[in-house]
Amino acid sequence: MAMIEIEGLTKRFGSVTAVSDLSLAVEAGEFLTLLGPSGCGKTTVLRMIAGLEIPDAGEIRIGGTTVFSSREGICVSPGKRGVGLVFQSYALWPHMTVRQNVSFGLEVRKVAPEEMNRQVAESLAYMRLDGMEERYPQQMSGGQQQRVALARMLVARPRVFLMDEPLSNLDAKLRIEMRAEIKRLHREAQATTLYVTHDQTEALTLSSRVAIMERGMLVQAAPPREIYRRPGSLFVADFIGSPTINLIHGRIVREGEERFFEGEALCLPVPLLKAREGEAVTAAIRPEEIRIVTKEDKEAVPGEVYAVLPAGAETIVQVFRQGRIFHVRVMGETSLDIGDRVFLQFVPEGVSYFQQEGGDRIDTEGG
Amino acid sequence: MQSKSMRASARVLFNRVSLKLRQPQVLLGLLLVVVLTGLVVVPFLQMLHDTAVWQEADRRISRTAEPGAWTLFHYLRVFSSPLSVNIFYRPLLHSLATSMAISLAAMLLGTLMAWLVVRTDMPFRKTIGVFAVIPYILPSYTLALAWLDFFKNERIGGAVGICAYLFGVTPPDWLAYGFVPIVITLSLHYYPFTYLLVSGALVSIDSSLEESGEILGAGRFRILRRITFPLVLPALISAFILTFSRAVGTFGTPYFLGAPVRYFTLATTIYTSIVNRTPAVAYIGALVLILISMVIIAVNQKVIGEKSFVTIAGKGLRRRLMPLGPWRWAALTGMAALIALAVFVPLLLLLWQTLMLYPDDYSLGNLTLHYWIGASQAALAEGESGILRNVQILGAAWNSIRLSVIVALTTGIMGILIGYAVVKGRKTRLAAVLEQESFLPYLIPSIAFGAIYLSLFSRSIGPLPPLYGTFMLLVMICVAKNLPFSARSGISSMMQVAGELEEAGMMAGASWLQRFRRIILPLTLAGSLSGFILAFISTMRELSLIILLITPDTRTLTTMTFRYVEQGYSQFADAIILLIVLLVVGGEFLARRIGKREMI
Repeated sequence: MAMIEIEGLTKRFGSVTAVSDLSLAVEAGEFLTLLGPSGCGKTTVLRMIAGLEIPDAGEIRIGGTTVFSSREGICVSPGKRGVGLVFQSYALWPHMTVRQNVSFGLEVRKVAPEEMNRQVAESLAYMRLDGMEERYPQQMSGGQQQRVALARMLVARPRVFLMDEPLSNLDAKLRIEMRAEIKRLHREAQATTLYVTHDQTEALTLSSRVAIMERGMLVQAAPPREIYRRPGSLFVADFIGSPTINLIHGRIVREGEERFFEGEALCLPVPLLKAREGEAVTAAIRPEEIRIVTKEDKEAVPGEVYAVLPAGAETIVQVFRQGRIFHVRVMGETSLDIGDRVFLQFVPEGVSYFQQEGGDRIDTEGG
Repeated sequence: MQSKSMRASARVLFNRVSLKLRQPQVLLGLLLVVVLTGLVVVPFLQMLHDTAVWQEADRRISRTAEPGAWTLFHYLRVFSSPLSVNIFYRPLLHSLATSMAISLAAMLLGTLMAWLVVRTDMPFRKTIGVFAVIPYILPSYTLALAWLDFFKNERIGGAVGICAYLFGVTPPDWLAYGFVPIVITLSLHYYPFTYLLVSGALVSIDSSLEESGEILGAGRFRILRRITFPLVLPALISAFILTFSRAVGTFGTPYFLGAPVRYFTLATTIYTSIVNRTPAVAYIGALVLILISMVIIAVNQKVIGEKSFVTIAGKGLRRRLMPLGPWRWAALTGMAALIALAVFVPLLLLLWQTLMLYPDDYSLGNLTLHYWIGASQAALAEGESGILRNVQILGAAWNSIRLSVIVALTTGIMGILIGYAVVKGRKTRLAAVLEQESFLPYLIPSIAFGAIYLSLFSRSIGPLPPLYGTFMLLVMICVAKNLPFSARSGISSMMQVAGELEEAGMMAGASWLQRFRRIILPLTLAGSLSGFILAFISTMRELSLIILLITPDTRTLTTMTFRYVEQGYSQFADAIILLIVLLVVGGEFLARRIGKREMI
């Protein structure tokens, strides 16, 4: 059963439509990430689920209960939805100690004192914050504040965790540490998690499923591997991956019995592609799907090294060919230097094709 | 079937309405709009109405008067009658002339001081910077009273000033009263506006902006003219306009220094018209003042809107100080002298005056504490006892303190509530209306505001008895007048609190009252504290606003001063002023102390 069901959700701010007719189901126990460029409406979706923003249209069900319905005029207040939210800024109350921050939610729910103390101690211990109960948030590091925010969410035992870019204020090292923490939390609590981020690495490493949004609309929801390997649209292909995917514009041509993709600087056989002849398509190739060879090869096309950017475990090589630059990912280091003449090999299976108009993915027959 | 669907749609309607009302900012916003309309808009419309109908008092001046009927009589009387020059055109000219001169002088003084403190190597710059703002903390007419103590001549009777005693020369009227002293005393009072605004602008200019000009080969003067000046220009214009709009509505100083030679400004004409029972004339004067003030502010927003620059004020802000060379000490002497003349000399003069048994005897043997602590003596000041044992003055002091505290608390809380409704309702029409309405009192000069309230509240409104003469009315007008500032500070402190910090409370399941009491209030109070003290101080020294609304039961320290000046008991007047200064400076000191210990 889906834990969160969203149907036809729409939200306008003045004349701007932030979220438009969005439908999505999140399965119980799933870790789903909403990913998209800033301003795509992902945070608005999260806030509408939390109840902090009132949608203009649509329906939201959590655990089978309708918490919002524009048709029936239902809007359950945030505290009664059984969801917990971690804010981007953590939103810890600066005038309360760690203990007070965590116990606040239990106090307003009138939980008995002994029970409250027990639960507060438990969540603080779980987030490894014991001994810091009497500190104020400002006296703690960013990572510790983050943990307090998580403890505060946990103590109410929500069925659903909502997280709004919780790691964006941390430095790179802490971010990786907290990523692991959040993953552990999700696994142990078995709570459905909806996570918002604009950081694709975060999305790809944490989630069981990634939902990509563009201008208020959901464009693809799939497991990370599929998002990366088989992007559903040109937008997704271009948005995911660093360095960005190589995009080559061209069209489908026939030569004798065979069909080819003929693009700028590149020509590839496409026997099974479901595309019309003469159709304008864009080929997208991940940097690691291109191989660099130094010896001439009939499968390879020549080019010239434009730049070499080593980054430790891998090296990005930019290769100049017929007026454009290809990004190629090479594992480890390389002895290539600027100006070297090289040859690029393309694996046909590693290439995705998209309609230039509309950006839809073009599938291959049988695959 | 049909009734079922009807019931369903009724439920939907009910759900929708309750959803709207469950958003506290909507309910709160509506409530505040109603309150503000009652405090500002209704009184204003009433005053407008009163200018266009016959008044009861008009029977004395016109036989055709028919109380309650519409008439243009008052407008004609003010704008085109043989009296017009005296009751309108000359006071208008005086108002404009003094305000213009005051604003220019204050701007020059303030800019010079800001530049010396921020951008030069003048010794003791920091100390000068701290003292530079004191004149504005003092009541605006402190200097006027000190001026009278020094320059008074025989014209208003009673003792002459110290000047005549020290130098044996009686100061001429033009030096003792009217335009010259009004401009001098008020520019010394208002220059801190310019100082604060311009030094703020100067601080935010990174030297690299000027240095890049230097690298391009521009000379020092050219840099000042082409780079520095345009960057501080918006602050300069703001300062000018702020000063002008304050000066044009001020009552105390022009009255103390102008009335003896019948030099009236619009503000003082409003007062005398009320006293002479021609309120409609006062109301029209008030309208003109409001109009002037609105034009000024509109011009300001237009000019600033076009000319404002964002100078990137990052952490790497560096300022290079201009070496003044041998002029350093001269600059320090000048500034120290200025502050001495604006603050310490006047206060000492006032103190001396209060210690003199007989007002024209400047010998040491004449010194006494009678006017502070003396018991009633029939031979002195009609038997009034010293201010610290004078029941009337102590009553007035109690009124002043009570009023200031209540006003500070009320405006502070209202500011927070307005801030909440505006910030939470962002982008809704209700929030926009509320924000603009809370700004309205800013457009109405103090004395005009008093006139407006007089017009509405001197009669009963529906079931409400006339509020004129009640303490409540003083609270209302002071709250309304201070609202623009507290609303602004409420909005800015709410920006940080009403967002995610409150939403975190919603997620925890806290009701609005719980969120307000346990999250919003504790977090905004700290930030609003300085606003509270500001309202306390400004109410404590308020004269222009309440002078028209005071009755013997509700008098405050400021209006007592006013009365004693009119009666010629300068010892009492000066002693009370010193008492006010003490309370105000105490408040300011407290504010700074608390400000430092602001929340962890």
